[in-house]
Amino acid sequence: MTVLLPSAPSRRSLLRGMMGGAAVTVALPFLDAFLNTNGTALAATGAPLPVRFGTWYWGLGHTPGHAIKAKTQTGPGIDFLEECKALAPLTKHINYYGGFNMPLDGRSNYTHFTGWVASRTGSAPTSNNEIPAPTLDLLIADAMTAPTRFVTLDTTSVGIPRENYSARSTNNRAAAEASPEKLYARVFGPEFVDPNKADFKPDPKVMVRKSVLSAVSEQSKALSGKLGAADKIRLDEYFTSIRQIENQLDLQMQKPAPNKACAVPPPIARDGEEQNRPQGLEVDTVVANHKIMSKILAMAVACNQTKVFNMVFSDNFSHMRRPGQTYTHHLLTHEETPDKELGYQPVAFYFNCRTMDALATFIQTFASIPEGDGTLLDNMLIFAATETNYARVHSIDGVPVFTAGRAGGRMKTGLHVVGNGDPITRVGLTAMQVMGLPIDKWGTKSLHTSKTITEVLA
Amino acid sequence: MKANVFRSAVLALGLAALLSGCEQEAPAVNGAPPSFRLLSEAQYRNIVADLFGAQIMVGGSFDPLVRTNGLLTVGATSAHVTPAGLEQLDLMARSIAGQVVSEKNRDVIVPCTPASAGAADDACAAKFFGAVGRMLFRRPLTDDEVKVPVTIARDAAEDLGNFYDGLAAGLAGLMVSPSFLFAIDTTEPDPGKPGQIRLDAYAKATRLSLFLWNTAPDDLLLTAAEKGELHTKKGLRAQVERMLASPKLEAGMRAFFNDMLAFDEFAKLEKDSIIYPAFSAGVAEDAREQTLRTIIDLVVTQDGDYRDLFTTRKTFMSGPLGRIYRVPVSRPDGGWTPYEFAEGDPRAGLLTQVSFAALYSHPGRSSPTLRGRAIRESLLCQKIPDPPGDVDFSLFNDPNSPNKTARDRLTAHSTVPACAGCHKLTDPIGLAMEKIDGAGQLRATEAGAPIDTTGDLDGVPYADAAGLGKAMRENPAVPSCVVNRMYSYAIGRTPERNEKTLLDHFEKNFAAEGFRVTELLHDIAVSDALYAVSAAPVRAAAVSSGKDDNS
Repeated sequence: MTVLLPSAPSRRSLLRGMMGGAAVTVALPFLDAFLNTNGTALAATGAPLPVRFGTWYWGLGHTPGHAIKAKTQTGPGIDFLEECKALAPLTKHINYYGGFNMPLDGRSNYTHFTGWVASRTGSAPTSNNEIPAPTLDLLIADAMTAPTRFVTLDTTSVGIPRENYSARSTNNRAAAEASPEKLYARVFGPEFVDPNKADFKPDPKVMVRKSVLSAVSEQSKALSGKLGAADKIRLDEYFTSIRQIENQLDLQMQKPAPNKACAVPPPIARDGEEQNRPQGLEVDTVVANHKIMSKILAMAVACNQTKVFNMVFSDNFSHMRRPGQTYTHHLLTHEETPDKELGYQPVAFYFNCRTMDALATFIQTFASIPEGDGTLLDNMLIFAATETNYARVHSIDGVPVFTAGRAGGRMKTGLHVVGNGDPITRVGLTAMQVMGLPIDKWGTKSLHTSKTITEVLA
Repeated sequence: MKANVFRSAVLALGLAALLSGCEQEAPAVNGAPPSFRLLSEAQYRNIVADLFGAQIMVGGSFDPLVRTNGLLTVGATSAHVTPAGLEQLDLMARSIAGQVVSEKNRDVIVPCTPASAGAADDACAAKFFGAVGRMLFRRPLTDDEVKVPVTIARDAAEDLGNFYDGLAAGLAGLMVSPSFLFAIDTTEPDPGKPGQIRLDAYAKATRLSLFLWNTAPDDLLLTAAEKGELHTKKGLRAQVERMLASPKLEAGMRAFFNDMLAFDEFAKLEKDSIIYPAFSAGVAEDAREQTLRTIIDLVVTQDGDYRDLFTTRKTFMSGPLGRIYRVPVSRPDGGWTPYEFAEGDPRAGLLTQVSFAALYSHPGRSSPTLRGRAIRESLLCQKIPDPPGDVDFSLFNDPNSPNKTARDRLTAHSTVPACAGCHKLTDPIGLAMEKIDGAGQLRATEAGAPIDTTGDLDGVPYADAAGLGKAMRENPAVPSCVVNRMYSYAIGRTPERNEKTLLDHFEKNFAAEGFRVTELLHDIAVSDALYAVSAAPVRAAAVSSGKDDNS
């Protein structure tokens, strides 16, 4: 085996130069956070503020007839019904997409799985664990040119790291950050460089780490030629992961530009009430953890730590429960008898309401952070989706989707978009196009589409 | 372990050849292309503990593996390392390396003292990395390979002004290398079969060690590989005998049964504290541990009949579990103590233990369907089709109906043809456990109604969960399943159709040897099948794998 020795003398020389001063200013590469004086664009180029993308997932859909009032034509105004009433004050930030279908071409509807896979990958799975293509968040992340510390941040408020609906393939899925404490530590722990601190002193250990990874990467390249095609791809993914960490380290060695939007949240451990927070699927716990994690995530975006993120509020089988109740949210959707007067399953409806309340909290969290002459949400697109329309019968046609944010002025908001039975992939295609991906079609078989939802484009 | 003691004695008398001559050769198989298998979390932890000691803490999360053919181990063969996953691995590597070189540990772990703690020392670093690298990469490092961490250590020591910081940097590098994180099937031309390839001795050692011990090869196994002994039947057999007699076998078997029983699901198990106040996270942890202790005691320590796991009354008890089982536990220190349920007690066999009952239930109620499905899929290797996507379950859940018990409710499923097919497979055997609630506690009634636990397993009738255990014990699918899973676990992939003859062979031997798992392990471990690889790109080993001897 041929071994290549570390080849980073220039970096080491640079580091040694950097280390000469106690607090130094280093010539920086272009960073998105440099704003013009009006805070509306990047000073260096006049380009608009960066647009970020995030997904928000919830399990078990809606209570039909009690969530969003149906419309026959796309147009402004969304009639939020009782289940979604918390979203009503946020109408100006939101689009609702109803009446889009999920044709499977004879493939099975793997319950609570097919729905999210198809809407996020554009392809229907052929088994109950297949992820046939990368999820749209990763396609968007791949297209982001300016590096951030994290390519994506995957989070969940249900306390289970496995509950992450972002993946490149069946066997290529990261664990989600599943506790507020761990999320905080990862983003704002010792390796976070505060852009608003006056002094900046590069940590020599960061340079050492980069040299280590460079050496490992060089040494391991020899393996590549000796692997089969599938394994070579896996090794390439490994190298991609190495490069991602190297990018992180590069950013840690540069003084970030001051960033008014970035207000580092206080450590969670500082607040006694939030120490040792309970985790689990009891609905109040999920909601409380989600609220804290939303704040951390929003500030991670504001502080330019990532441009793409995923939040799973509830899992696809929504195992959320209330204390003392024998039925989980999922069991209720199947086994609770609908109330004859109300016309729906009242306890399942309760969980659905809590879920939509949480979505409102999430959106509001981003809308509350000033950025430029607007808010962080104005420079974002949040894709909020579920896996089923009516969980009681596992229906996937008409599965509801929301988007939130104006994507830096590229999206209109406040619209109710009527799908008329078109494939759900139209929403994903439009979202990716708005995020700047140069694609004109997406999806496979009957989920294939080349029809942008032009009504939402600004 | 009786069988191993016997085998060791035979070896000591130099009669191994005679013994092997009595056994029928496993049928030849083609094998699969060389694999590139990601270490599991347990393997990673075991390797760190073996190499540096149990005092080294390993924190952080691992990318989730996908269960394939019933095993996460099979999923590991095609698992990727995501950016977030590598970030965690890098974090862990640095943490481990920092602990290794800490003042508390360095004198024990680092085999030399630098000339100055404030400066680089290539000789000492090379000595350390040569030794540690061999264990981490599961093969000797070439001189050039050793230079990589030595160079890292030198540069880092110069930058940071500390030899041990440099050493930690080099070690962290080794621990994020794909040569450590992946078990790589390196191959070489097969001298006995011109034109074909075989695993080199180090890859053989790794495959064997991950199979039996769920960790990297130890020094003796690597030395045997170096000498070419693993390419000889005698040498391979000697190592297998040694490994089966080792205390590390327990960790290996724990890993296998943890995987086969899908006990990773314990990570997300929770119960409603109002409905089940006696259940806690500690109970869940002990429940898992109880079942693993029961298994290890029976199949490893006692070298007993695997099928007895479904009927045994012997187990181990902890204080928290005693409260769930409602039995006295005489260990004020909270430790474990052997326990045997009385003849006639409803508790007998794994299926009546808290682990199985609680894991395959909902947070606030039992689930005959989940339990039945787990038995069919995990223990009998039978695939239950996914549920149809268009059934309105509430049709048979009217609270005003007389359906009080799970049996009443599930019987209603049979009125829906789309449901009936699968529920006939799962529910009858799941209903046998209905006198054990969702937390694993015994109960006589549900909603005031008596519980009927009678049924049959593939035509064999039973009256209750203990009776189901007896039916399981006699069901031919039970040993067949563990053979399939064990072989699949060993090779890290789903067996091909053309390996059925081989599986039949293992199954036949398993039965002939009294269904002793140690014999099954031995049979697989010494078979050519475990190491078979089909033609594919040859990964030349960094170091010669030793002499050739196919005798």
